[in-house]
Amino acid sequence: MSLDSLRDLWLTYQSAVGFAGIGALLALSVYTTLSCGQLSLANAGFMAIGAYTGALLTFHSSLPFPLVLAASALLPALVALPLGLPVLRLRGVFLAIATIGWGEVVRLCLVNWQFTNGALGLVAIPQRAGLPTIYLCLALVVFVLWRLRGSRAVYALEAIREDEPAARTMGIDTTAHKLAMFVLGAGVAGLAGGLEAHFSFMVAPSSYTFGRVVDMLAGAVVGGAATPAGPVLGAVFLTLLPELLREVSRISGLAPGALRLFVNGAILLLVILFLPNGMISLPAALRAWRRSRKARHAPVA
Amino acid sequence: MLLSLESVARAFGGVQAVDGVGFQVGPGEVHGLIGPNGAGKTTVLNLVSGLLRPTSGAIRVGGARVDGQPPHRIAALGVTRTFQNIRLFPGLSAADNVLVGEHLVRRAPLWKRLLFLPSAAVEEREARARALTLLEKVGLSGRAEEKAASLSYGEQRRVEIARALGSDPRILLLDEPTAGMNPAEVRSMATLIREVAQRGHSVLLVEHNVPLVMSVCDRITVLNFGKVIADGPPAEVARDPAVIAAYLGGTP
Repeated sequence: MSLDSLRDLWLTYQSAVGFAGIGALLALSVYTTLSCGQLSLANAGFMAIGAYTGALLTFHSSLPFPLVLAASALLPALVALPLGLPVLRLRGVFLAIATIGWGEVVRLCLVNWQFTNGALGLVAIPQRAGLPTIYLCLALVVFVLWRLRGSRAVYALEAIREDEPAARTMGIDTTAHKLAMFVLGAGVAGLAGGLEAHFSFMVAPSSYTFGRVVDMLAGAVVGGAATPAGPVLGAVFLTLLPELLREVSRISGLAPGALRLFVNGAILLLVILFLPNGMISLPAALRAWRRSRKARHAPVA
Repeated sequence: MLLSLESVARAFGGVQAVDGVGFQVGPGEVHGLIGPNGAGKTTVLNLVSGLLRPTSGAIRVGGARVDGQPPHRIAALGVTRTFQNIRLFPGLSAADNVLVGEHLVRRAPLWKRLLFLPSAAVEEREARARALTLLEKVGLSGRAEEKAASLSYGEQRRVEIARALGSDPRILLLDEPTAGMNPAEVRSMATLIREVAQRGHSVLLVEHNVPLVMSVCDRITVLNFGKVIADGPPAEVARDPAVIAAYLGGTP
């Protein structure tokens, strides 16, 4: 293997590793609202706002990159505040539909906005986010979410997820808690958008479609939405899987696109059927399975 | 008076579920609310806890108007409740259910947790210890880590009471706490209710089990078709001809 092909290999995987970190942040942004039982699919829209905010600031200002990222997170969070108040009155599938609508509104605005170069988007954004920045941001978000476990706020979120009216009679302001998680999720999605814009050189409306938010949700569901570790694992797995499959399709001769769709769908089905708490619960599920098998084979006393 | 209702009414469409109900509950008092099925007892609890808004009338807790306020505000004024059809958080352990109930009394701000300040860890330990003490008081000391959904019916009712006591309420609303219980469980529930009152919590008790109500309550309000038909100490209410007629039939 020549030095050049080795460098190519690293460049390929370097970007995959970066996108895995960004994917993990996006899955966590969906996890925040899932943790209080709200299926919100607004985060592709918030991600778009964060990405464009970051790109435009980089083009039109001389702000240092950390401040650009902060703005990428802050602006979507500010937008989420007035949006969340009416939208979070909806429950279940109605919330999902309304938030899908929000994502489409953002995307269509970007498509038609001359200032952001319409459907073509913004290109040649300086690559200011490297792997260290991406993983530092991910570590920060995981740390905050992890440290919150055990606090009264997280108990309140679990109570809202389990039984919202009962939670209200315990003195929990359910609206405020749901709104806080919606805003936090928007901020994390925006941060991921800002990072991606400065990692992939470009932003375009076509990156923030309904399919994108399904990817985020799949990361959270496949990994397991009970702890912050689940979405990280799920997103990293689903981002790196295509790289793996590329090798498989080269060896087997199957079309990589079809293979990827098939394997993704199969994994999602398997996880939903056999691991409702996600891949993160695989060790516990295996232990339980082994125990039950041992019990079945044990002689009856 | 700690809790007072003044000509409170609530209609569902054309049905007048609660019609001009008024009564008062004093500090440390166990107040029974009884009546035949459909008399409007649970509706009264839903009105007091804020899950429903009265069509008219006034509800006061410690002098402050609470009708029309959201449930979490009313809870913050010291009113918590249990539910007739138990509404625990089934996926959480018994102890975690009680920890949710402590929401109003836990105070450590989030930034202290993020910075690993010892005061936040101390607060969390104390909150858990308080939850375990409450579970012990309702007779569930060994069951704290069980999932709520895996507890027996009677145990779930006790966890619900512990959860409602988690915020140290001034008044506890109990909605048929002995429904579906056997006589032994009913007796221990009666003891528990008296203990709760002795610790200074007022209790508003909705119950179908008349002997239980007669034995634990200081005062009883009887509802029929949404109206108060009697109000007084147990012995007096039991002799009231209108009450006897409502329960046994006949012309009042």
